[in-house]
Amino acid sequence: MKKEFYERISETVYREKLPNGLPINVVSKPDFAKSYAFFATRYGGMDTRFCLNGEWMNTPAGIAHYLEHKMFDTKEGNALQELAKNGAEPNAFTANAMTGYYFDSTEKFEENLKILLSFVSVPYFTDESVAKEQGIISQEIRMIEDDPDWQVYARMMGALYQKNTARTHIAGSVESIREITAKTLYDCHKAFYTPGNMILTVVGNVDPVRVADIARSILPEDSGPVIPRDHGTEPDGVAELETSRRMEVSMPQFLLGFKCKPAEAGEGYLRRNLIGNMACDLLLGESSPLYLRLYGQGLINTSFGGAFEMMPDTAYLYAGGDSRDVKAVAAEIKKEARRLATEGLDHDFYERVRKAAFGTMLRGLNSFENIAVSLTEGHFAGYDALRFPRAFDSIGEEDVLAFIRDELTEEHAAMSTILPK
Amino acid sequence: MEATRIRLAEGVYLTHLPARKFKTSLLSAQFLTRIAAETAAAQALLPAVLRRGTVRYPDMGALSARLDRLYGADISYTVRKKGESQCVGFVASLIDDAFTPDGEKLLEPVAELLGQLLCNPVTKDGLFLPEYVDSERTNLVDAIRSILNDKREYADLRLLQEMCSGEPYGVSQFGDEKTAETLTRETMQDTYTGLLASAPLELFYCGSAEAERVEAALLKALSTLPRVVVRSLPRPSHHVAREEVRRVTDAMDVTQGKLGMGFTCGSDDFSALMMGNTMFGGSSNSKLFMNVREKLSLCYYASSLFHWQKGIITVSSGIEFQNFQRAYDEIQSQMKAVQDGKLDEWELAGARSTLCNAYATIGDSQSKLENFWLGRAATGRDDTPEELAEGIRTVSSERIYEAMRTVSLDTVYFLKGEGAEE
Repeated sequence: MKKEFYERISETVYREKLPNGLPINVVSKPDFAKSYAFFATRYGGMDTRFCLNGEWMNTPAGIAHYLEHKMFDTKEGNALQELAKNGAEPNAFTANAMTGYYFDSTEKFEENLKILLSFVSVPYFTDESVAKEQGIISQEIRMIEDDPDWQVYARMMGALYQKNTARTHIAGSVESIREITAKTLYDCHKAFYTPGNMILTVVGNVDPVRVADIARSILPEDSGPVIPRDHGTEPDGVAELETSRRMEVSMPQFLLGFKCKPAEAGEGYLRRNLIGNMACDLLLGESSPLYLRLYGQGLINTSFGGAFEMMPDTAYLYAGGDSRDVKAVAAEIKKEARRLATEGLDHDFYERVRKAAFGTMLRGLNSFENIAVSLTEGHFAGYDALRFPRAFDSIGEEDVLAFIRDELTEEHAAMSTILPK
Repeated sequence: MEATRIRLAEGVYLTHLPARKFKTSLLSAQFLTRIAAETAAAQALLPAVLRRGTVRYPDMGALSARLDRLYGADISYTVRKKGESQCVGFVASLIDDAFTPDGEKLLEPVAELLGQLLCNPVTKDGLFLPEYVDSERTNLVDAIRSILNDKREYADLRLLQEMCSGEPYGVSQFGDEKTAETLTRETMQDTYTGLLASAPLELFYCGSAEAERVEAALLKALSTLPRVVVRSLPRPSHHVAREEVRRVTDAMDVTQGKLGMGFTCGSDDFSALMMGNTMFGGSSNSKLFMNVREKLSLCYYASSLFHWQKGIITVSSGIEFQNFQRAYDEIQSQMKAVQDGKLDEWELAGARSTLCNAYATIGDSQSKLENFWLGRAATGRDDTPEELAEGIRTVSSERIYEAMRTVSLDTVYFLKGEGAEE
């Protein structure tokens, strides 16, 4: 395996690509008790339309998430229990563009890794077992539908995007999941759970060569073809300027989103991610003039915050929280973006934010999950996530200013609010 | 890892947790008191007010600028409940010396800033600034109200309030809305003076610095701490089991119902109850998960928590309104199964390794370490994660059944939809 040492962050990674196309990363953490394995496919809630064997298929919203639930079923029973018996803490999540399965454990790591690799690569479901899951997932959907944080976010995505499937709810709806059958699940598994479309990352005190050997012995020898996907052709403007609903909440909450231009895969993707997040900190981070002013006026509280997010064919910056006057706060954010675009950045403040942002990225390396997910996202988007110090160095004040000027404009903004009953 | 607890001053202790494997160091300062309905809100408000400004850095802008220059060091105020103790203070996270680009040392300046936040708040006429007290009081009231937004958290809290009404354990770490609304500059100043003078202060450090260096930095930072007499912290009281089960139902506009059940434990065999609860509802191969969720598809979540500091077990689940009785019966019958010893060897082995894994990984996270040792300090226990794991490894199944047979239903809470049938 190829060994790489990242001097500035003091991390060592072993890499290999198996003949079947599966890339493997092993991040060495010799002083930790636990080891963590993350096995992910580039397939998520937004991949509902794709081309399989020359034919375009439309699949129900929520199918990637449904598949995630059903993957734990094995011929012998349930992989969740198998792993839990060994004291491992297994789980999985479905995001817009990825589904990831993971566990951490302090003993029997190799045995657990075998279980993980085999249950994710070998589907086993019947019409009955698929039907039974509807009860559980319907309750999960009902639970998130009662969650105002989820509602305000999902409605913002629906307002920002007209066609892009980033607006699709990851878990689907109680109605859409009724259309899911064992056959569609098998089709989706065959298309997307193939070595060339996946990546395995292990973080911990493990022998990297053993990890590669285990993967070689369990996973299929060949990979399926690359599956073209259609995330929709997104027109320039937003779908709706504003969306609002009432719920059982204690005070109004909101999210203001700005639809940004998506980035091409490669090193530039990481660079743009950092630029977007720096822009967010400069505009409305905890030490920004805007934050300090609004907090002092009692218009926002510590729930206020924002982030820049990227996924395939998609990028957006959003911010929000609880406020007595959500409209006033949203107007202030837009006004501050205009002010920065015309007056430029305060150089001293820019340098401070840059220093703090580097510290935050470094802090993220304490989390095994964060390391594994970042490396996975980076692989899917064609960059090495641990190269962030170099990408940081290449960013200048003018890059961040250009982002604020070009992307955070009135015509790309949409507002979502939840109001008390 | 060898944890060392060092006495720095009257009622001031430093727990030093040496570790070189993290990118950051953690520094924490926590005042501990017996939680009480009358004082909880004021003590919860205090760190938020202190976090607004010091004599040297009198507003959030000046504080943020200082923290940014320290490579984005983070100092957050915290309000927690550990057993029947309320713990309020600050937790700081800073880049470890090895990773600052020019080898800058951050421990001393961050400790100093922490000391300033605790001992040198900005004041006017001997009281906190009115605008800071007013706005943080509003934030506290909003935070108390916002528990309503998360229905699971809300239902869990309501169950504890009803089950332990009249006991310190039933008081939320933030206190109640009504008391919070009445807090003034004067009450805040009294609360502050009282805590500084006489509440036990627990300090925690986890990182690469030697104990002597941390001790020196903290002694310097806290040199003006005005200690008078330090109160000792009482142990949590036992919950007295109800003769008749208490049943409470709330109605709200929700699509999913929440069923909560509280049980009293008559035994104080920690390891046995910990194991019994893990098999009952404390893991993803527990009886609740396997039966209420997987077999009967009644819910997305159904889990239980053993509150070891108080000797109670609570169950939390999200269900369709009309499934109330089925879920209730099933949870009861799973409890009975554990009590009757209807447990397979793999369930015992699984629970043992789940718990041992959890104890073994505490040392892999600075925040888990701080949280664990704070819990020890708050309850007067000093057993280490290794000792707890040893207790789990050696507890016999007979002891588990025996302890679980002392568990009895005490309170049932149901959050239903408006107009829904029970």
